Amino acid sequence: MELFIGVVNYLVFFAITAGTYGVLSLGLNLQWGYTGLFNIGVAGFYAVGAYAAALVSGPPPDVWDGRLIGGFELPFLVGLVAAAVVAGVVALVIGLPTLRLRADYLAIATIGIAETIRLVLKNESWLTNGVWGLQQIPSPLYGPIHRGAMAFIASHPDLPEWVQRLISKAYNGFYLALVLLVLCVLYFFMRRLVHSPWGRVLKAIREEEDAAAMSGKNVFSYKLQALVLGAMIMGIGGALYAHFVRFISPNSFEPLYGTFIVWVMLILGGTGNNKGAILGAFTVWGIWTATDFVTGHLLLSATQAAALRIIVIGLLLEVVILIRPQGLLPETPRRRRSSLQKEAGEAQPPPPP
Amino acid sequence: MDLLARIPQLLVYGIVSGSILSLGGIGVSLTYSILGFSNFAHGDTMALGAYLALALLPAMASLGIGGASLGPLSFGWDFVMALLFAVVLTSLAIVLLDRLLFRRLRTAHRITLMIATVGVALALRNALQFVWGPQPHYYSMTIQRAVQVPALGIRIKPDQVFIIAAAVLLTVLLHLFLRYTKLGKAMRAMSDNAALARVTGINTERVILWTWILGASLAAVAGILTGLENKFITPELGWQMLLSIFAAVILGGIGSPYGAIVGGLVVGISEEVSTAFLSTGYKPAVAFGILILMLLIRPTGLLGRRT
Repeated sequence: MELFIGVVNYLVFFAITAGTYGVLSLGLNLQWGYTGLFNIGVAGFYAVGAYAAALVSGPPPDVWDGRLIGGFELPFLVGLVAAAVVAGVVALVIGLPTLRLRADYLAIATIGIAETIRLVLKNESWLTNGVWGLQQIPSPLYGPIHRGAMAFIASHPDLPEWVQRLISKAYNGFYLALVLLVLCVLYFFMRRLVHSPWGRVLKAIREEEDAAAMSGKNVFSYKLQALVLGAMIMGIGGALYAHFVRFISPNSFEPLYGTFIVWVMLILGGTGNNKGAILGAFTVWGIWTATDFVTGHLLLSATQAAALRIIVIGLLLEVVILIRPQGLLPETPRRRRSSLQKEAGEAQPPPPP
Repeated sequence: MDLLARIPQLLVYGIVSGSILSLGGIGVSLTYSILGFSNFAHGDTMALGAYLALALLPAMASLGIGGASLGPLSFGWDFVMALLFAVVLTSLAIVLLDRLLFRRLRTAHRITLMIATVGVALALRNALQFVWGPQPHYYSMTIQRAVQVPALGIRIKPDQVFIIAAAVLLTVLLHLFLRYTKLGKAMRAMSDNAALARVTGINTERVILWTWILGASLAAVAGILTGLENKFITPELGWQMLLSIFAAVILGGIGSPYGAIVGGLVVGISEEVSTAFLSTGYKPAVAFGILILMLLIRPTGLLGRRT
């Protein structure tokens, strides 16, 4: 029972993180999966979202805090919207000069913006408290839920101890539900989007930009919209992260955790498939967590173990690119497949998954 | 006035770091123009070269290569030989990587290749971290005194003169190679039009092989010179310079090795001179500023061709 409680509590914690990554992965899928925009500065938009949410919803500067402004203690949802808006504005600024050019320029510019954002977070203490980061970011409804759970335990002293321990972690369960709710809303929103005429234009741009332009589509404008919308989703991911861990600093948004792992998630899960994006987030986060257990049993120093885990993730990416570039859940060209089936007659066996 | 008085000295630092950026940029530019993708692992290739030289340095002494300082320089023949061996080993490692990974992706989309290079960058950097740890390592613990040049109002270390001279020498060699050798001409032909080059009988795989070797060699030299200038190396050495290198390459015109040299100098000098006006915390962002400015004004770069 002891072990079971530990596992349940851990799984909830795991799923919150993986779900937050699922949000980032969905945002990247809109940019890269559907539109072919090569953004390797995910961490920048993620960080901006987290800081925006923390500044809007967090407490005002403390005495030992270097900040001069921020901390308006506004509701969680306001912070979520602010995170999306600020991340979207950053994407707009970065998209305007780069989206008319070859994909390489956007890639380099996004590395640059992610790095510049990290420098701003480190250096502009009046806004971000520098390297000390922002603390005591409130988790939504933490007080009532936690107090309620504790009161329930106190009023039922006859409950077995393991039930009590489960209930005492009720807040994490609530937050998981919140993350999954946001993830579901975004998933269905994305599904509507990509199956709309707007989404079909994005895919047309990805496949053959010139052809899309010749059909009278304003390629630049569509790319910009996809970049901004994807960044807004990443900003929401940042807000979810900030409100859960309650402490953020520039180091939380290094390229590895902020950008690279999200790419591996999307590519492993299935580029251009929203279910794949979410599946990839849970799978890669699972692998990442598992490598922690494995390297823990090897005779390695902490830095060596960390380096080895990252090497494993890097190799995983290369193996996926070489062996299964379409990912676990490939993008299904639904229309084409069904029309092919019709032509071939219904007697044909269904295509292999 | 105090600000202006510092500028000649900052120019010297800028030319030194610009020389290193140029060497790094040439490799990025060659891979881009001949293989057709941006190599985000180039910075970490530099770090690999720097660490291989570090590992080879003690071995040189056991081979009987003297460690006595060469004239006013801080290093001896052992360092020079370690540099040469590190260049060879780095090239071999990158050629092996091409065989294992990039060769299988020749027909893949450019962006797939770029993603693959991002993966290589991360794996390589952490492999260095795994072996040598995150702490700084030193080629030599001797502290070199700068020499005053009163006529110009500057101070410069003999090692810095060596760095500039090495960069100039390699640039001239590269120019002669691209201009006069058969392989160099084949490289230029392939960067102009790969399909046409293949039709005319150029062995494109061989050109690709030598592109990797050339890029990796210059990267290794750049990484080692960075270690010489900074006095220490860390696994992050190359990644930290990658943005500046790309800014240099784009500024010069992506795909043009000569542009990379000009761009490297401009970026190096701008970064150093900026410290007279900006908080040094923002030095890495200067390259980014130049990059965005250039993309807005002239995306083809100073010496680039319109595509």
